[in-house]
Amino acid sequence: MSVAAFYAWIGVGLCVLGLFGFIMHRHLVRRLLAFNIMGSGSFLLLVGLAQDDRGVDPVPQAMVLTGIVVAVASTALALVVFRRWFRVSGESILPEDV
Amino acid sequence: MNPLPWLVVLPLMTALVIFLLPTRWRAPGSLLAAVFLSLISIYTLVEVIRLGILVHALAGYAAPLGIRLRADGFTAVMAVLTALVTMFCAVQAAAYLRGKPEEEGFWPLLWFMWAALNSIWLSTDLFNLYVGVELLGLTAVGLVALSGNAQSLAAAMRYLLAALLGSLSYLIGVALIYGELGSLALSDLALHGIGLPTVLIALVMMTFGLVLKTALFPLHGWLPPAHGGALTPVSALLSALVIKASLYILMRLWMTLDVAVLPVYLAWILGLMGSGAVLWGGWMALRQNRLKHLVAYSTVAQVGYLFLFFPLVTGTAATAAVLAWDATMLMLISHALAKAGMFLAAGNLVFAIGSPRIADLAGVCRFRPFSLLSFGVAGVSLAGLPPSGGFNAKWLLLQSTLASGQWVWLPVLFIGGLLSAAYVIKVLGHSFIEGPLRDHFRTPPLTQEFSAFILASASLVLGFVSQVPLTWLRIGGPFAGGG
Repeated sequence: MSVAAFYAWIGVGLCVLGLFGFIMHRHLVRRLLAFNIMGSGSFLLLVGLAQDDRGVDPVPQAMVLTGIVVAVASTALALVVFRRWFRVSGESILPEDV
Repeated sequence: MNPLPWLVVLPLMTALVIFLLPTRWRAPGSLLAAVFLSLISIYTLVEVIRLGILVHALAGYAAPLGIRLRADGFTAVMAVLTALVTMFCAVQAAAYLRGKPEEEGFWPLLWFMWAALNSIWLSTDLFNLYVGVELLGLTAVGLVALSGNAQSLAAAMRYLLAALLGSLSYLIGVALIYGELGSLALSDLALHGIGLPTVLIALVMMTFGLVLKTALFPLHGWLPPAHGGALTPVSALLSALVIKASLYILMRLWMTLDVAVLPVYLAWILGLMGSGAVLWGGWMALRQNRLKHLVAYSTVAQVGYLFLFFPLVTGTAATAAVLAWDATMLMLISHALAKAGMFLAAGNLVFAIGSPRIADLAGVCRFRPFSLLSFGVAGVSLAGLPPSGGFNAKWLLLQSTLASGQWVWLPVLFIGGLLSAAYVIKVLGHSFIEGPLRDHFRTPPLTQEFSAFILASASLVLGFVSQVPLTWLRIGGPFAGGG
């Protein structure tokens, strides 16, 4: 197995781990962390897969950079909304509605 | 001059400028810029009708590192539809938000949303679509959270989690496709087809992500609290346009790949989920006791109809596929207009009676007939009664069902139509009750009333001129020669 394919598989592993955490946990910060692990996994997959047998490819690296910016922005927004929610309701999980 | 870059650059620039303006100038500044952007959108449509497909490479860089914009009939009609709906929602919002604390945040977010929508309509590669979808999701969550009370924050959080999971699933699909094909352009995807198992897995991942973002049953749980609980103009924009963006990407993806080799079972799963949405959404709408939540569940139901597109074009006869395309396009446009009108009208009714509950509507027909008229007119189109865009769309869908021999969808269409008529009539019924003697209703500003009425009646007018947008939509589309 090449190094690149190894990275891709690690990426798949991180994605599955993150998805598991995202579904199983109720605490919103844990879910957010799980989402970030999933995100890292998909970036690793993006870079790893693309460099399997074609050598270094700049396009996925550019895409991952953009993806990281997007992930940081989403995490920031989620943290702001979560903090407000925590302050207003005193809860760290979402209410189970109808 | 090529109008395509301006469709994205102008709203982005406006968003930044609006941030710098003092709060009281944000609404007039936005309305002025909205007029310009609407004119550019209309100009784009005119150019597409005149010249056919338009293309523009941003800053002259070629793909894959550069960004290529492309507009065919579908793109141009979506851009004009976005302009039309956003314009009237903005007019409504200018009156609705005056003096409220939400006014400050609403306008910049509105502009980022418009930029995201236009960039999605114009994108030609999977990664740009991802960025567009993320920007759209974040602005939509921001708009939902705007009121800052516990209910809207919980709805925003739930929406955000669904949106993040959806876009990551889509991104993993993008990673798989790039790893396998070494290209992200939609046009390259068409050449390679989906013979490879990796591409099929990618397609499933992307479809899942987009379906989650479109709130297709049974993944719709986040939609009713977000759309029902948001500010009125926000609800209208979310239901009319935002959920259409992920559906648009899914349709583009589906139409780009050769429909003849697509997995039929995947299309049928989407169709069955759509049927579930029509029935469950209609039933749940009927059971709501808050007006805006009823309208939100009606969106869940109407989204279902749009997904019948997939089984009807996959592996069916050409005539059935063309009819399904026309039906879905018409449904998409008439739903956007009718639902925006209905949400605005519902907001006006809630304002007039000072309560979100349907039971409190009693007597409103005598004192605020105009607000109720707009609601009813939108309801005519949503329930698919003639003459309306919704009726023509359902008629075409029915014909497509017959032409393709997929009889299964017939009961769905009939029961769905009955359910939507029932929940519209439920609202009208409550308003006609001569309830407790009450003669004090607040009067919504006239601009609010008129924006609701114009959008609602546009969906009705669409019933008389359906062929016109359908002809435009075929330009450069997959069914260019058909019909």
